Amino acid sequence: MKKLLGIFGLLLAVCLFAIMASENFRSGYNVENLIRRTALFGVIGIGVAFVIVTGGIDLSIGSVVCLVGCGLPWLLTVQKWSLPAALLTVVAVSVGIGLIHGLLITRLKLQPFIVTLCGLMLYRGVTRGFTGDQTVGFGDGYKGLRLLATGKISIPFVHGFQIPAPWVVLVIVAVLAAIFLNRTIYGRYLLALGRSEDAARYSGINTGGMILLAYVISSTLAGLGGVLFVLDVNSAQPVDFGNFYELYAIAAAVLGGCSLRGGEGSILGVIIGTALILVLRNVITLVTNHSNIEFAIIGAVILAGVITDELAKRYVIKRRAARALYAEVEESS
Amino acid sequence: MPALLEVRALTKSFPGVRALKGVSLTVERGEVVAVIGENGAGKSTLMKILAGVQNADSGELLLDGQPVELCSVHDALAIGIALIHQELNLADNLNVAANIFLGREPRRFGLIDTARTHREAQPFLNAVGLDVKPDTLVGSLAIGQQQLVEIAKALSTNARVLIMDEPTSSLSAREAENLFKVIGDLRRRGVGIVYISHRLGEVKRLADRVTVLRDGENSGSLARDKINHAAMVKLMVGRDLTQLYPHAPHQLGEVALQVDRLRTASHPRHEVSFQVRAGEIVGLAGLVGAGRTEILLSLFGVTPALAGTIRVGGQEASPGSPQEAIAAGMALVPEDRKRQGIVLEMAVCENLSLASLRRDQRQGFLNRRRESELSSEMIGVMRIKTPSDRQAVQFLSGGNQQKVVLGKWLAIRPRVLFLDEPTRGIDVGAKQEIYLLMEELARQGVAILFVSNEMEEILGMSDRVLVMHEGRFTGELARRELSEEAVMHFATGLETPPQPIA
Repeated sequence: MKKLLGIFGLLLAVCLFAIMASENFRSGYNVENLIRRTALFGVIGIGVAFVIVTGGIDLSIGSVVCLVGCGLPWLLTVQKWSLPAALLTVVAVSVGIGLIHGLLITRLKLQPFIVTLCGLMLYRGVTRGFTGDQTVGFGDGYKGLRLLATGKISIPFVHGFQIPAPWVVLVIVAVLAAIFLNRTIYGRYLLALGRSEDAARYSGINTGGMILLAYVISSTLAGLGGVLFVLDVNSAQPVDFGNFYELYAIAAAVLGGCSLRGGEGSILGVIIGTALILVLRNVITLVTNHSNIEFAIIGAVILAGVITDELAKRYVIKRRAARALYAEVEESS
Repeated sequence: MPALLEVRALTKSFPGVRALKGVSLTVERGEVVAVIGENGAGKSTLMKILAGVQNADSGELLLDGQPVELCSVHDALAIGIALIHQELNLADNLNVAANIFLGREPRRFGLIDTARTHREAQPFLNAVGLDVKPDTLVGSLAIGQQQLVEIAKALSTNARVLIMDEPTSSLSAREAENLFKVIGDLRRRGVGIVYISHRLGEVKRLADRVTVLRDGENSGSLARDKINHAAMVKLMVGRDLTQLYPHAPHQLGEVALQVDRLRTASHPRHEVSFQVRAGEIVGLAGLVGAGRTEILLSLFGVTPALAGTIRVGGQEASPGSPQEAIAAGMALVPEDRKRQGIVLEMAVCENLSLASLRRDQRQGFLNRRRESELSSEMIGVMRIKTPSDRQAVQFLSGGNQQKVVLGKWLAIRPRVLFLDEPTRGIDVGAKQEIYLLMEELARQGVAILFVSNEMEEILGMSDRVLVMHEGRFTGELARRELSEEAVMHFATGLETPPQPIA
């Protein structure tokens, strides 16, 4: 909880700074845009959070975004498939990718890093192959569908600002994810096995099945993210669509309180972490006019955040151990 | 002439344990001194101190009558004491010569002089009778050969005292025979050998003298002509049983666990069959590595059995996973509490409910109220000392952590309970509470099978004891037949009934 407040405080501080430093930042257009992008990145961040909770990693997210994001318009406009068939196919592919990752990791005991790293290369390469490396898009069609990503919902009595539609998708995904992680026995299983897979297995938990499920969730949400991203921008280039998105998602999850050691994670934290990264990017562009140093700043902020968290954790453990020792000495004397 | 190595009044304490309470040991040139004792008698601590792995709290070490200080493995090697671990410490991706000179490679212009390495390794290989080329990869050698490489490595450091810890534990009979020959050669060369073994047969054959440890003290020493099985066992055991054990006769019910011709992956050549009745406490005794833990892990489905049938309450249940074992009514308190028993960072209540979440679920959702009822019930029944049920278990004492593990299983009301080292590393008070709990469970009709390295615990808690040696059952003792001598007799591999000890 303290961690969440800490990261939220940091987000507020960055926002305050931005509001004072840049007029453009507080424009309704910019805020709407930020919120829409936060929603899109939030969806894939929530997905990877499930994998991180198990102590694993999913590096293939950006490429799944690319595969689905290019695949959907390609199926619709190049292959002339019907909308339901195309949507069903991309969902099935996303779920299937997660299943394959999960099976390789739990059955063959391959390392998640290597399995999903290969996925990262594989899915982008495949996409560039079947699209002939050509930009694909919806053109003027599918306006209705695109509202899912570009639509806005006005708030009564508020002018100059409307809620972007993807935010609704994010809220639904986040609420379901939070309920799953915190209120169901399966969420508890994931948290337990992320801390100690042996202890969970010895307690009769089907650890393999749960890890598999986490990879399916991650790829499925990456697929959903891919659909939303491409609906948002209308067209996608296979060569760089979704590039580095896995790193944004992982960084957001870690900033939001997921430990890469496993067993820790908060859905709200992931959303705040996502927002923090996107606001930082936005601020760098608006304030410095040097968007090329964006990665340096984001990297430094995440590193600082993780270091602070680790030091705080050590301090707490030390203090508690000292207290326990003191209590024991008191008792025995 | 002073002895080659003399150890005087060595003491060593660990938090909560006094491992050595003034142990002495003498090794002459060309002498094989066997050090024996039960599990936990202090053998491994003594040997680690001699090899410089650990430092003694007090005591004296004399080499050729000169006092020496051992602060590190490096110090020990420098004065000529080398330890050959039970688990070999070789880099199996390097060749034989590279392993022998690891860290002391002959160099030329700063680079490793491979030719010289090979040339200089040869005489040491000859000395241990290992007939392989110096550039053979260690990974491609048999275990027995690897052990000879270890010995060659020790000789190459000019070791004058060689400490061997259970050297034959993973050797075939032929490899062991060869090792004995090498030991004979080393003895003729004047090397002093400290030979640590559980195998009394070997000890009898090899040792010039036997030093026996018990509870961190010297319990006696036997000269060459006095070494026999009965005399060694007598020195290893024989202490007062404290009033720690609340054992009362149990009302035995029907057979709760029936195991037929079980083969485990660790000892695939041996079959074991046994049964445990409802309300019975059966101890599984044996020396470290006898295959006891492996039996529990097979029964509980962690490493499924290769063959055999397991019945719980007459129902066939050969579990392929812990889930299936739990569904059949079994529970396991595992050996490694911190890794396998509890999730350290999780709260007491979350640990207590981990095995019963599935049963108490409401369509997949956590039943928080049931969880907190359960945890307060278990904290009460088990008398778990914790500030609240939200406390992470890592901040509890070992005894309280173990109670959390037990509580987790009591919540699912098992018919058969397996306990692996139930009181390892916990204090006497908590031990007694765990014993009381085992008694209570047996009274309620739970069948209990437990493994322990503590002889007292085996003798104090068991209605019946099954003794294992290297993967097979060598004896079964009813409560009235129980004695440390009898258990040790079977545990060291003798299958004939023990002779009365004079």
